[in-house]
Amino acid sequence: MNTTDTTKGESRETTSGKELVSIFVMGKKYEIPKNLTIMKAMEYAGYKYIRGCGCRGGICGACGTVYRKPGDYHIYVGLACQTVVEDGMYLTQLPFFPANRATYNLEAMGSDPEEVYKKYPELFRCVACNACTKVCPMDISVMDYISAIKQGDFEKATELSFDCIQCGLCTVRCMGEMSQYHIAQMVRRITGSKIKPESSHLKTMVDNIKTGRYTRAITDIKSMSEDQLRKVYQAREMEPSEAPEDWKPADNTYL
Amino acid sequence: MPYPQELKELIKVVEKTRSERVTRKKKNEEVPFLSLEERKKILDYHPDFREEGRREIKVGPSKGYRIAHEMVDMLEAKSRVNPDLVDLSRVDYKTDVLVIGGGGAGTSAALLAQEQGAKVIIATKLRHGDANTMMAEGGIQAATKGWKDSPYYHYLDVMGGGHFKNIPDLVDTLVTEAPDVILWLGKLGCNFSKFPDGTLKTLHGGGTCRKRMHYAADITGAEIMRTIRDEARNRSQDIKVIEFSPAVELILNENGECAGALLYNMETEEYFIVKAKAVIMATGGSGRLHIQNFMTTNHYGATADGIVIAYRAGVGICFLHTVQYHPTGVVFPEQAEGILITEKFRGSGANLINIDGQQFVNEREPRDVESAAVIKECVEKGRGVPTPTGKFGVWLDSPMIDTLSGEGTVEREFPGKFILYKRFGIDISKEPMLIYPTLHYQNGGLEYKSKGETTLPGLFVAGEAGGGVHGENRLMGNSLLDILVFGRIAGKNAADYAKSRSDMGRLTLDHVRAYHKGLEEADIQTDRVSPMLLPDYTLPHVKERQLTSCYVGTLR
Repeated sequence: MNTTDTTKGESRETTSGKELVSIFVMGKKYEIPKNLTIMKAMEYAGYKYIRGCGCRGGICGACGTVYRKPGDYHIYVGLACQTVVEDGMYLTQLPFFPANRATYNLEAMGSDPEEVYKKYPELFRCVACNACTKVCPMDISVMDYISAIKQGDFEKATELSFDCIQCGLCTVRCMGEMSQYHIAQMVRRITGSKIKPESSHLKTMVDNIKTGRYTRAITDIKSMSEDQLRKVYQAREMEPSEAPEDWKPADNTYL
Repeated sequence: MPYPQELKELIKVVEKTRSERVTRKKKNEEVPFLSLEERKKILDYHPDFREEGRREIKVGPSKGYRIAHEMVDMLEAKSRVNPDLVDLSRVDYKTDVLVIGGGGAGTSAALLAQEQGAKVIIATKLRHGDANTMMAEGGIQAATKGWKDSPYYHYLDVMGGGHFKNIPDLVDTLVTEAPDVILWLGKLGCNFSKFPDGTLKTLHGGGTCRKRMHYAADITGAEIMRTIRDEARNRSQDIKVIEFSPAVELILNENGECAGALLYNMETEEYFIVKAKAVIMATGGSGRLHIQNFMTTNHYGATADGIVIAYRAGVGICFLHTVQYHPTGVVFPEQAEGILITEKFRGSGANLINIDGQQFVNEREPRDVESAAVIKECVEKGRGVPTPTGKFGVWLDSPMIDTLSGEGTVEREFPGKFILYKRFGIDISKEPMLIYPTLHYQNGGLEYKSKGETTLPGLFVAGEAGGGVHGENRLMGNSLLDILVFGRIAGKNAADYAKSRSDMGRLTLDHVRAYHKGLEEADIQTDRVSPMLLPDYTLPHVKERQLTSCYVGTLR
């Protein structure tokens, strides 16, 4: 990085009167209208994405971006589709970073934390530096969920890691060289399938469908004319919006 | 950016009527739902009814069908490759089942095909999981609560939402398989929101008569996608994923059966040939075509690729004359424009409010009605809220959710959107959101039947790429359901089909040549090529300097 390039750019205007700021994409300077996101700024500059762009809505984890500001030693992170450009910001996207992922057979497993420790022994290389939490663009307490996993509290780890978009920035920074997000994924799946209570009403419904409880009703309704169907539709009983969980309809013919 | 002063003043008008609206809501005194006749009237304001927005297709199996110009442009275009230059004797990959598309439909299809003993390849344009599935927030419908709901009521709601035009067999399959999909996801470790006793939490959605919307906080699609993707990775011995390699043509054999696809490596610009005993089209939707210039909620790769290439191979299309505009897309702040605000906000009680602080529609009408009502309020009645960039929107009164269900509800139930707005300096548990309809879903697509099969032997369809199950308008929560129900079905049946197939015959792209000839005969003179693969957001000031006269290899 040529330091003279990172001095704060002077504010200028486009012909349409929009205020411009300078950003440095992998060291190269571009002038961009203020208030654009990094992603839109890259496109304004003329880049066309293949990698580094996905949902454009902050949930897919394709556009993790690292940046610095002039005269500031801190590392900043953000999603390119969500972060607004700042004058003098110099950045690179990290569309991919190699990560270690263990293969496992969920169906054959129990909920013993040892199963995770066996697959990911590097968990215990965490030195509690907290760099993962600092780098997370989703403000997830990565180090805390890693520590919950080490303590065997998978429900807590599931809750703490739930908003993870698997962008991989934590993995870039980890001193213990672990791939936190893959470990969290395995833990969440164990929580969902082995630890959280089962839903008995769901099983009952699936069984009732299999034994043909609703077959007749569906066959009848499928053979109705459009007019008949409209009438039945208009007359259907609505569960009130503030009804309690155990609300029951007056008509239970088709239950 | 936070709301400027002018908007902050207008928010006070919303606040003034809030307590009265909350009181009415608590007493279940709601703005009445529209009758079917009233719905029909208001739908005149829906973009689907702008005749100048569409034209007849002049070529192919659905010739004469009137659909959006942007979609017709994709169909009335040439192949990206000259079929004469493709050496079909050089097969790069052989597999039992080729799945085109790595979203929810494609991934669930791959899992089920693998369970039938098939070797599977998933070819996907971007990364595995880069799909609209990932972005679905609100939930997934299924009648799982037998004391108040059944597939019968789900069937009724689906048909009513779709204007009773849906294909009954597909709807039957959708609602009957729904509870088993939820059970399957649970076994795979998907974390649905539950009560402490294990009862699944469910909400209303627009057009539902029972609360059957299951959810995982406000990232239901992401939770489902990352769970099934993780499972596919556990089975990587049998499920191979080829990323950044969209299919750009189907390959047939001399008997007119589907026999594989031509993939394009977007990074090296090479083409590769996959020979497959069965192919599943799971390429999703088309929001990035920006029909009628609408902003979109869709993923970067949603460009109708599968529809284009299957249409060239002779598969007809249906229900593409209707497009779903999600009523609540962000219209301010500009940086977030087009982003979806889940229907769950309305399911949880948030009203839609005009500039005068008044409700103008029940917030739980089906999506097309809701969108048309917002457009009417802004365009005809002039009661929209002006944004600093010269657009209009209406308020989605999120703070009333906290008033209804207790402080902290918005932050807890909508963490994704809470953080998004917080970054722009807006606290949506205290200030309402400014919204306008945004292009959201391709109601129609390729014609298929309830086993996922199409008129092209060996080609199966699943998810948004197919049309018929949602009729003319899809209800919230039926898309995640659709991709998983029909993804699983297509996966299973494709694997069975692959097993029964021994002689693959000679590979050919003759259908592409024939299609090109059809374009000529219809006097369509164009240098457009399709599928589009990715939208082009290059601005004029850049384009006027892009003067390369001819592309040389990868050097543009």
